[in-house]
Amino acid sequence: MSLADHTRYRIFKDILARNIMFGLTVFSLLLAVIIGLGLYFKSAPILNEHSLWSMLSSSSWRPFKGEFGFYPFIMGTLWVTIIAIVIALPLCLLSGIYLSEYAHPFIKRLVDPMIDILAGIPPVVYGVWGVLVVVPFIGDKIAPHFVEYSAGYSVLAGGIVLAIMIVPLIISILTEIFASVPKELRDASLSVGATKWQTIKFVILRKSTPGIFAAVVLAISRAFGETIAVLMVCGNISQVPHSVFDSGYPLPALIANNYGEMMSLPLYDSALMLAALILFVIILIFNAVSRIILVRIERRFAL
Amino acid sequence: MSLSLVIPEKNMRYPSEDINESTILTIVNNERKKVVPSSSTILNPLISVRNLNVFIQKNHILKNVNLDLPNKAITCIIGPSGCGKTTLLKTFNRLLENSSEIKITGEVLVDGENIHDRNIDVTHIRKKMGLLSQRPCPLPMSIYDNIAYGPKIHGIRNKRKLDVIVKKYLSAAGLWEEVKDRLNAPANRLSIGQQQRLCLARGLAVEPQVILGDEATSSLDPISSKTIEELFVHLKEDYSIALVTHTLRQAQRIADHIVFMYLGEVVESGPAAEVFNNPKEKLTREYLSGYFS
Repeated sequence: MSLADHTRYRIFKDILARNIMFGLTVFSLLLAVIIGLGLYFKSAPILNEHSLWSMLSSSSWRPFKGEFGFYPFIMGTLWVTIIAIVIALPLCLLSGIYLSEYAHPFIKRLVDPMIDILAGIPPVVYGVWGVLVVVPFIGDKIAPHFVEYSAGYSVLAGGIVLAIMIVPLIISILTEIFASVPKELRDASLSVGATKWQTIKFVILRKSTPGIFAAVVLAISRAFGETIAVLMVCGNISQVPHSVFDSGYPLPALIANNYGEMMSLPLYDSALMLAALILFVIILIFNAVSRIILVRIERRFAL
Repeated sequence: MSLSLVIPEKNMRYPSEDINESTILTIVNNERKKVVPSSSTILNPLISVRNLNVFIQKNHILKNVNLDLPNKAITCIIGPSGCGKTTLLKTFNRLLENSSEIKITGEVLVDGENIHDRNIDVTHIRKKMGLLSQRPCPLPMSIYDNIAYGPKIHGIRNKRKLDVIVKKYLSAAGLWEEVKDRLNAPANRLSIGQQQRLCLARGLAVEPQVILGDEATSSLDPISSKTIEELFVHLKEDYSIALVTHTLRQAQRIADHIVFMYLGEVVESGPAAEVFNNPKEKLTREYLSGYFS
């Protein structure tokens, strides 16, 4: 092969590699669009039959009578997710700060892999643990102090199990974020006589605000979609929860529990597809909005 | 001329090895003047370092450093890369301890206090020294809050007092006129040179006695570094300034006192004119003539 040929061959490979990678990127992006469209077409029959708003705001779920109200499921999803974040976020912030700012390197070396292991435990194991430990604990120990009766299968149980599942995720992101704060910034704060805690409060947390926000968004997205572990402890009764001790029925649980059964009911399969579409759209809107907020935060404080 | 016998102050211990055979007693104008090796000829040093040894992960970084830094003057610490200049500077305000596996022996006396004393509050030591780092490092907040940060931390809450402080120290750093209309703008929108002056002002706002500069002008453009240099010269009337610098020219321009370090040891220290014009040590001479850097 002559030198010129060789050069041409190398350039050809370069172009080929670029185009293949571009194609694969477009394909994976298209996948999201295809899923969205597929869900939309699959749920079209029910959307033709009932108005979207009436289904979103109705609380009655009686597939046999052709009543499909999604309100309890949407509320169930929101309750579980919010409870999980409320529990997990303070815990993660404080342990993240401890690990990245105070912990001895030895402790850090010990804890980091343990967090990774926690993140790797399959959700169903968390679910079983929730049924065996969290549910009875709530039913026997906590709930009696507040409400007359609760079996323990509740949005609180779902929230706790979910919180434990997202803790490792948030902690590992947060420690990364805190580690990325430049050392000079810490030195600058310390050298005017600030204590470590003041430095963390006023400088490091402030500098990390966009990162913390992004971590929370990621955790919430994960929590929205988490199915099996929540399904096992939530009670799965289609009602709008009024307290944390009430049972709930999140959207993913609805889909997972019912898809493939009772498909002979008219519109049933379409209704479940609509549930999936709602979940999809919630996550999409949530991510879009949080992205906008993130940009605002960064611009506002010029971080 | 008044009596200029160097009398060790109450709290300052001068180990005997400092006064060795080169200690000469001379009679000047019928007054007794004791000439001790260059490191001890300073009257009322603000920072005195005695037998300081620093180990980082078992590497002996600073080796038996003995040093006095004069009050209200600029001391430039020069020497090739990796000779321990920055480590020495960071030992002064105890920032070094934040890294892991540090061992420090010996004494550093600042204004008569041993900074490694068990009973001493680290923040108290650090408050005495404004640090100017290599790259300007504004805190992620507004220009105003950057200056008010230190005073707030030390308990000043009164808005009017803070306003006065902010104006005073921004002016001292020559930045007031440039930023007075946008005090609430984020600090990192300033140019790099302005940011460095902001950091200087932030350090001054806690009313330190010492300004430490770790190659404070090395990332700045020539005009900004000239501004900073001029500020240093102006500020030495009220502060004791210690600068680590890589540029010999800068040291020649502004230093009153020179400390030359090599491989973790202080090779020579003394008044700038003396060290530059008539270095005693061969190593210093070679370094100054650009033999190595």
